[in-house]
Amino acid sequence: MNIVVLVKQVPDSGTQRSLDPSDNTVARATADNVINEIDEYAIEEALQVKQAQGGEVTILTVGPASATDAIRKALSMGADKAVHVTDDAIHGSCAVQTSAVLAAALQQLDYDLVLMGATSTDGQVAVMPALLAERLGIPQLSGAQKLTVEGSTVKVERQTDGGFWALEAPLPAIVSTWDTINEPRYPSFKGIMAAKKKPVETKSLADLGIDPATVGLATATSAVVDFAGRPPKGEGVKVTDEGDGAQKLVGYLAEQKLV
Amino acid sequence: MAEVLVLVELNPADGTVRKGTLEALTAARALGEVSAVVAGGPGVAAGARDALAEYGASKVYVAESPEIDEYLVAPKAEVLAQLVAQVSPAAVVIPSSPEGREVAGRLALKTGSGFLTDVTEIAADGTATQVVFAGAQIVHSKVTTGTPIYTLRGNSVAPEPAPAAGEQVPVEVTLSEQAKLTRVVDKVVEQKSNRPELTEAAIVVSGGRGVASAENFSIIEGLADSLGAAVGASRAAVDSGFYPHSFQVGQTGKTVSPQLYIAVGISGAIQHRAGMQTSKTIVAVNKDPEAPIFELADFGVVGDLFQVAPQATELIRARRG
Repeated sequence: MNIVVLVKQVPDSGTQRSLDPSDNTVARATADNVINEIDEYAIEEALQVKQAQGGEVTILTVGPASATDAIRKALSMGADKAVHVTDDAIHGSCAVQTSAVLAAALQQLDYDLVLMGATSTDGQVAVMPALLAERLGIPQLSGAQKLTVEGSTVKVERQTDGGFWALEAPLPAIVSTWDTINEPRYPSFKGIMAAKKKPVETKSLADLGIDPATVGLATATSAVVDFAGRPPKGEGVKVTDEGDGAQKLVGYLAEQKLV
Repeated sequence: MAEVLVLVELNPADGTVRKGTLEALTAARALGEVSAVVAGGPGVAAGARDALAEYGASKVYVAESPEIDEYLVAPKAEVLAQLVAQVSPAAVVIPSSPEGREVAGRLALKTGSGFLTDVTEIAADGTATQVVFAGAQIVHSKVTTGTPIYTLRGNSVAPEPAPAAGEQVPVEVTLSEQAKLTRVVDKVVEQKSNRPELTEAAIVVSGGRGVASAENFSIIEGLADSLGAAVGASRAAVDSGFYPHSFQVGQTGKTVSPQLYIAVGISGAIQHRAGMQTSKTIVAVNKDPEAPIFELADFGVVGDLFQVAPQATELIRARRG
């Protein structure tokens, strides 16, 4: 069972994030960048499937040179090797273009299962599994809270409002995971040391056979026109409960015609 | 006038049109003459047509086949792609559910188009508004390639009736093998609730770590029920096992934008703010006067939620008689 896990480096959602005013793309150079949190659950799931079925776990990342930090983190958890697609021409790509790059990179790998986080904390588009399934012609099983592989069949519980859908498809397939699926391990000291020696292959657009003119800001399928900080909310009212807090609260709701 | 396609989402329980679809029909009118697209199992459109006509659908395309519901996402994208090729619409607008976003993405690839997800507004010239980075930034974007495809965030646009003909147009469904890869074997409902759906609700009452136990969430539910509200939970509450993940509001859960959001025992970490910051009015109850949630709150009560929330519930019940 060969598994590829897609990992994205994102600006830390716990810090102030912005767009770069020079070209309206996500300001990554000045940000505190970390591995997309939900991707850790996909890595953990891959390691558990490997443990049960054998095989190899490969990390695939598209991103600037600095994304190696996210790759090392993934390798230190226990993944075997990584492919890092990096090329200046990719900067500013939209989801449609990024999916073309990821699909081309996947086509050069030997996989039975592709795993990824259900969403990224920067763009929050949550569409990449669908885009890759469409491009590669493989089944999409997105939003998993549970994954089982039985022979050549993959079964997933897709989280829905108040329940789940049971999905089933033949391998190879692409699965995205929510943070309900497992509890990711912390990298051990041994894992961190071992990660430094694990192979990371760097690929350019040329290596993938992609014309640089088809990706990047200039030919993106959508464009940011402008952006601005959201105006701060006016100072709110804050009262301390002295037995009358609930009364004041309901009074406020009534004043605002909310009750 | 150019045609604009709106993909219809129905309530799974009763087959009526979901509020998010009425909002999409309303927003789509800025771009042209609205046609609704109903895709689902046989007979699915029957309960939907009147509401679609009332909210501005001149035409209702009806694509019915048992296979549409048997397979995940891909069949609906194929039906829409077929219609886009036939009628060359000015745009496609889809409610921003997980399925809606995925249909939008696949449709974009099938039609050589760009797409924008989770937009809160669409202007007549096609410029869309998105609120990003936990509500910190407002971004205006345009699709520059192909047929613009938008998914509309729930509760961003007030649905307004605008009666139209609602002429039914049957669509022949022939799915490719590619659309029939992921089979939906079962749809399991674990929590039956009479409360409104979280992303659609006008009022949301959420509990956090301060609620302290699963049993205590009955206090949150009581306050919610007094207001006819949906119940939400912070990640801390969900991770502690107080409430199920499908009710989580925040970065790794739902994004909500109700008229009124009441945060009870929630400190207001960025993880949570990301999911509720665009709520119109925010009320917070927390015993810590320094809790960051108060920076967002229009009205805050510093106090013990176990006192304030039950008392507020009683007062609201009394007002409502």
